[in-house]
Amino acid sequence: MRRYSIFTLARNALTGHRDWPRAWRSPEPRSRYRVVIVGGGGHGLATAYYLAKEHGIRDLAVLEKRWLGGGNTGRNTTIIRSNYLHDESAALYDHALRLWAGLSRELNFNVMYSDRGVMMLAHNPHDVQIFKRHIHANRLNGIDNEWLTPAEAKAYCPPLSIDRTARYPVAGAALQRRGGVARHDAVAWGYARAADSLGVDIIQNCEVTAIRREGDRVTGIETTRGSIAVEKLGIVVAGHSSILAEMAGFRLPIESYPLQALVSEPVKPIFPCVVMSNTVHAYISQSDKGDLVIGAGTDQYVSYSQRGGIQVIEHTLEAIVELFPIFSRMRMMRQWAGIVDVTPDRSPIIGRTPVRGLYINCGWGTGGFKATPGSGHLFAWTIARDEPHPVNAPFDLDRFASGRLIDEAAAAAVAH
Amino acid sequence: MLRIPCPFCGPRAEIEFRCGGEAHIRRPADPDALSDAEWADYLFMRGNPKGVHFERWFHAHGCQRWFNLARDTVGDRILAVYAMGAEPPAGLRREAEVRGDD
Ligand SMILES: Cc1cc2nc3c(=O)[nH]c(=O)nc-3n(C[C@H](O)[C@H](O)[C@H](O)COP(=O)(O)OP(=O)(O)OC[C@H]3O[C@@H](n4cnc5c(N)ncnc54)[C@H](O)[C@@H]3O)c2cc1C
Ligand SMILES: [Zn+2]
Repeated sequence: MRRYSIFTLARNALTGHRDWPRAWRSPEPRSRYRVVIVGGGGHGLATAYYLAKEHGIRDLAVLEKRWLGGGNTGRNTTIIRSNYLHDESAALYDHALRLWAGLSRELNFNVMYSDRGVMMLAHNPHDVQIFKRHIHANRLNGIDNEWLTPAEAKAYCPPLSIDRTARYPVAGAALQRRGGVARHDAVAWGYARAADSLGVDIIQNCEVTAIRREGDRVTGIETTRGSIAVEKLGIVVAGHSSILAEMAGFRLPIESYPLQALVSEPVKPIFPCVVMSNTVHAYISQSDKGDLVIGAGTDQYVSYSQRGGIQVIEHTLEAIVELFPIFSRMRMMRQWAGIVDVTPDRSPIIGRTPVRGLYINCGWGTGGFKATPGSGHLFAWTIARDEPHPVNAPFDLDRFASGRLIDEAAAAAVAH
Repeated sequence: MLRIPCPFCGPRAEIEFRCGGEAHIRRPADPDALSDAEWADYLFMRGNPKGVHFERWFHAHGCQRWFNLARDTVGDRILAVYAMGAEPPAGLRREAEVRGDD
């Protein structure tokens, strides 16, 4: 890998940026690999990178049916935080948050992680109680999260309206200062480039269409570019997890829903942090390009349509305009949806499956971008050692039979 | 937004309805006789197909009645509406099974 630096930037500027090398090779798939990862989103690419780097597994390919990051990775609103309620979740998401801090240097790729703070608004006594409970639980787990009065919230985010007569007046907020955003595509590209330089084959336009087993062990896969024999297979396909599980002959506690986001026309810097309101379903930040990035809710029915209903974004924009009257005349430029994989307890599944040699990482639903580095790191460990890392051990598939759920659904209502 | 043909009121906008999730999940007659895995299958495991999906809908802001609906989850086209307690139309059931096998 040719390293990126201020000097390569200057040198390439002199030649009009025509001579940058390709960031990764695009080899033909081989007929056998020791490990294949299905899904070239952030989580799959991070898994491949840590498998190669920390576990020395280089006989390894990532297969992506379309283009890298074209799934939820490239469609999300990139909110990063770790102030989850339960001990298991706090450990999981903070493991990722600590990796974000050094990621650009680790990958030699600017993922534009910006810890500008994530502020979650409380609108009623119930919100206030829940957020304070979160803050206390987080403190016991060594995770920063602090309570702000409405005036302090406004000082942190000046466009916010704290008008007492609003339909959903702001009663206070919980602020995680280490939270923030990152550039979604850069995360996929950075991991892909770094994995490629360690010898990982990154293969796009290659869809897995069947999974072969002998008895209870996985032996290979069929793809649109030929059959591949494998020793181990990792599935990291977000909204399509149930489809891949069915190919391998087991069921998952997952339903897939369209989740929408939209962006406004670009404007000068106005919005200094990330604001979320689970109660009114509004998530907003401003990208470095200047557009407001707005997250909405899911449709109410299972779908793979990547489209989403208009009433869902209308609902979100009503809330945004009420909280930030200053944005009422802004034009929205684009809208899209991604298919999110939702579990009954709103916590992910990372671990072994009923099929030996087959591992799954899914169920991140509406909130897995923040976990990308940690998820890849833990999943790589799980695949390489055939056993979970202590941090992801509670997030196994067996919890749905044992009843040991990690219920972030009740805790957060919405997961982002 | 879907336009949903309520069998009692005719076509109405989706915002009048609540989706009740996958249809035809029967509560086991004798839960005590099940293993933990079988109970988990009933409680939590879902078909989540990319193709024909059978689901329940409730006309919350209309006649307040439940019905079943078959929909293609790829393009959200509604394929059939049928009564609670009835089996899905045979042709669609076959189509769902064929897709399930690939
Ligand atoms: C609108 C929206 C907003 C969101 N906002 C946030 C947020 O603010 N913060 C946050 O933390 N999370 C957020 N999320 C969730 C987050 O995007 C996901 O949890 C995360 O990106 C999942 O990453 P992934 O790599 O697992 O999946 P993906 O990026 O979806 O990657 C899976 C890949 O698998 C590929 N694939 C599928 N089937 C096959 C096959 N058969 N063969 C080969 N490849 C296949 C797909 O093409 C896809 O590229 C949001 C999601 C959406 C849709
Ligand atoms: Zn009706």
